Amino acid sequence: MQLTNSREIAAPPETVWAALLDPEVLKQCVPGCQDMSGTPEEGFQATVVQKVGPVKATFKGAVTLSEMVAPQSLTMTGEGKGGAAGFAKGGAEVRLEPTETGTTLHYEVEAKVGGKLAQLGSRIIDGFAKKMADQFFANFQQAVEGPPAEDSAADAPEATDEAAGEAKKGWIKRLVS
Amino acid sequence: MPKDHGIGASTKRREDVRFLTGVGNYTDDINIHGQAYVHFLRSDVAHGRITNLDTAAAAAMPGVVRIFTGADFEGVGGLPCGWEVTDKHGQPMKEPAHPVLAQGKVRHVGDPIAAIVADTLEQARNAAEAIEVDIEELPAVVDMKAALADGATLVHDDLSDNLCYDWGFVEENKAAVDAAIANSAHVTTLELVNNRLVANPMEPRVAVGDYARGTGDSTLYTTSQNPHVIRLLMGAFVLGIPEHKLRVVAPDVGGGFGTKIFHYAEEAFCTFAAKAINRAVKWTSSRSEAFMSDCHGRDHVTKIELGLDADNNFTALRCLTYANMGAYLSTFAPSVPTWLHGTLLAGNYKTPLVYTNVKAVFTNTVPVDAYRGAGRPEATYQLERVIDKAAREVGADPVELRRQNFITEFPYQTPVAVVYDTGDYHATMDKMLELIDRDGFAARRSASEAKGKLRGLGINCFIEACGIAPSNLVGQLGARAGLYESATVRVNATGGLVVMTGSHSHGQGHETAFPQVISEMIGIPEEQVEIVHGDTANTPMGMGTYGSRSIAVGGSAMVRATEKIINKTKKIAAHLMEASEADIELKDGQFTVSGTDKSVAWGDVCLAAYVPHNYPLEDIEPGLEETAFYDPSNFTYPAGAYACEVEVDPETGHVKIEKFVSADDFGNVINPMIVEGQVHGGIAQGIGQALLENCVYDDNGQLLSASYMDYTMPRADDLPHMDSYSVDHSCQTPCTHNPLGVKGCGEAGAIGSPPTVINAILDALQSGGHKVDHIDMPATPARVWAAINQAS
Repeated sequence: MQLTNSREIAAPPETVWAALLDPEVLKQCVPGCQDMSGTPEEGFQATVVQKVGPVKATFKGAVTLSEMVAPQSLTMTGEGKGGAAGFAKGGAEVRLEPTETGTTLHYEVEAKVGGKLAQLGSRIIDGFAKKMADQFFANFQQAVEGPPAEDSAADAPEATDEAAGEAKKGWIKRLVS
Repeated sequence: MPKDHGIGASTKRREDVRFLTGVGNYTDDINIHGQAYVHFLRSDVAHGRITNLDTAAAAAMPGVVRIFTGADFEGVGGLPCGWEVTDKHGQPMKEPAHPVLAQGKVRHVGDPIAAIVADTLEQARNAAEAIEVDIEELPAVVDMKAALADGATLVHDDLSDNLCYDWGFVEENKAAVDAAIANSAHVTTLELVNNRLVANPMEPRVAVGDYARGTGDSTLYTTSQNPHVIRLLMGAFVLGIPEHKLRVVAPDVGGGFGTKIFHYAEEAFCTFAAKAINRAVKWTSSRSEAFMSDCHGRDHVTKIELGLDADNNFTALRCLTYANMGAYLSTFAPSVPTWLHGTLLAGNYKTPLVYTNVKAVFTNTVPVDAYRGAGRPEATYQLERVIDKAAREVGADPVELRRQNFITEFPYQTPVAVVYDTGDYHATMDKMLELIDRDGFAARRSASEAKGKLRGLGINCFIEACGIAPSNLVGQLGARAGLYESATVRVNATGGLVVMTGSHSHGQGHETAFPQVISEMIGIPEEQVEIVHGDTANTPMGMGTYGSRSIAVGGSAMVRATEKIINKTKKIAAHLMEASEADIELKDGQFTVSGTDKSVAWGDVCLAAYVPHNYPLEDIEPGLEETAFYDPSNFTYPAGAYACEVEVDPETGHVKIEKFVSADDFGNVINPMIVEGQVHGGIAQGIGQALLENCVYDDNGQLLSASYMDYTMPRADDLPHMDSYSVDHSCQTPCTHNPLGVKGCGEAGAIGSPPTVINAILDALQSGGHKVDHIDMPATPARVWAAINQAS
């Protein structure tokens, strides 16, 4: 499955770039992330809990950053093993473009699943991957810009109803809950 | 008036009482004191190299007894293949190793990597999560034609390519077939896919391995259609256990459909592990596991060409089939697209020249092997589809085009090796046309059209080769086993009788039908006959049940053994009545001396054999027990004509089966009710293939249809109502070479129905002006709708 999208962020490219390399920010942004450690150079280790269709699993995996051209573009690739649930892997090519109000973040995401996730969840995996990607970058935008005003939280245009519902709770609340 | 017992009676199935009241004894019901449980860690990638496999942490988990990996099976044989196909150049097929647990490489999603044995199943599953396994993923080989392209990734590194064999049949006819096609007045060509299916028997596979340290005996309880075959293959080729130290039991088995013929890794594992840990080991497949470890069926991609002369006589048939073997060769996989397929391509027709080329291909998918019909549905589907297309192209009536080309004289030597002993294809065609009421079809079509629906009538003929098989013939064709059957008939002292048969019943009703034959022969009540099967310890070496062979081959062995019993009891009766053996008659359980009023009862004779006080001990032994092995001299050739009426909603593409009829010639019929049930079930599976079932892999070799959410099994409401569902077997041309004159009925429904359904759908679409010549199975609403809309 492949997905291309972009997002306006009210911060200069340098700020956005720094946030992309910060494990704490990434931890806040990866939906369901329980733990994230590491460095941009060595790569990050992550633990993510997610439910895909009927399959709920804890994914342990690695995220690596490559093709890094500060503060313009990088490639994030990750692979998570979910034990009996199978695996998920994917990558995002991220490009930052300065604008008058800050930065346009372009992303192209590719995702693959295997094992039980493919066997049970293949019909819903595209929607799930899109939701995950959009949620990640929505969270990222909020992390960089700071908590949004209450009424603008759900206006991520691509967000599904479910994602929008979660977004309404506010990302900080979700992180601490 | 219908008979109420013996051959031809619809005796109710005695085994159903226990099946339907929950007191059957299935493999999962077998629990051995102190047994451990195994969970298999299976590959979730289609193709890859195992770079790291660390079980240390998992081995320390609570309850774990031992973790096995491929390393434990070094020096142990791999799973053997039971049929060697020779390719068109005279070379043997490629036969890669098939390890019990993966050795360095995984080759399909579901390939077992490690086996965790623990005190409980939950502990085994939990420990599996703690196994560290790193797999370097390799490109997956999924599409068969891509698998054969230059530079394709190799499924097996030690083979030169992914082609298992390139088979030509009849190779000597190739040039003549090419010439005849080239010179035909008309040639109809069709490319089609015979969709990959998952058998899905109601009972998933189970294996319990046990080991007796005191005696050194191993026992395997398993969901098998042929316990003796498993004992031979597993004992001799995998684990090196001689038969006398190995017992295989297949108790009640809840459906097989072919997929429980084969020797599977889990069976060998449980037997091996039980000895290794000196404790019984049990494995019960989950449904998800079954989708990725039970052998799949079908999966052929075919191009077929039919030549016709100016008078619409078939001149030649040529086909090219790519047959998916999956990642490893399952037990009988190579035989399915070749000898069970190529030899059936003459069908019911006098086509003088037939050539088929089959390329069997290794891919990173679950192994593919026999599934109900095995090769014959694939042959029938392509042949009967191309004939219907030819009828449309030359403007002939599909019934008349078939009739004109029917074989009418028997025995008939086909151009594809087999000799049909008997048949009457016009009779089954007549019967089918009567049952479907073809004359009334136009009115029914108008009624459907008035509702905005399209109605189609599809017909189809088929022939199959059953009663598998003459051993000397299949030996020449590459079978590595004989295919006779056996029976021991043991008469007890008070006249009751036990038949120990090498056939195995997993739903077929042998426990009811076999006693009907004995009852007919001796004249004792069916209730006095017990059928024992499924245990190598108390049945003679037999080859099991598949290929509609039980009554034709196993039943014949039982008849032969019973004849020996009758001959011996006549000697005893002659002694008791002081008469000549030649004058003794047996009828209704009484021995009489012809021309006198002397008689002695069956039970008294049996008692005399075991209490031989007044007995000709100098001439015959005491006791009454006889064994016979029966090897058929030919296949049997059930045939029939099927018809189906569908209503298609052109707005949605939904297909509803309005009417389905079958007219089968099974030769003599032992129990009409059981035969009808077999045909009903076969048709349900055939309709499932035609409309619903499809096993799907993505480009990465991920199995996408691995649950009932995505793999659609036929349900009651997908089938026609009982009033519009008619199965007939009144056309009977008895088999000429077995003692019962039977042909077998187990697979006919699944063979005859898929082309019938698709032919009906195409007829419906054509009637609506949609020039659709082909829809691949399953004809889902999406596919039918797309075909309609692309055509208009």
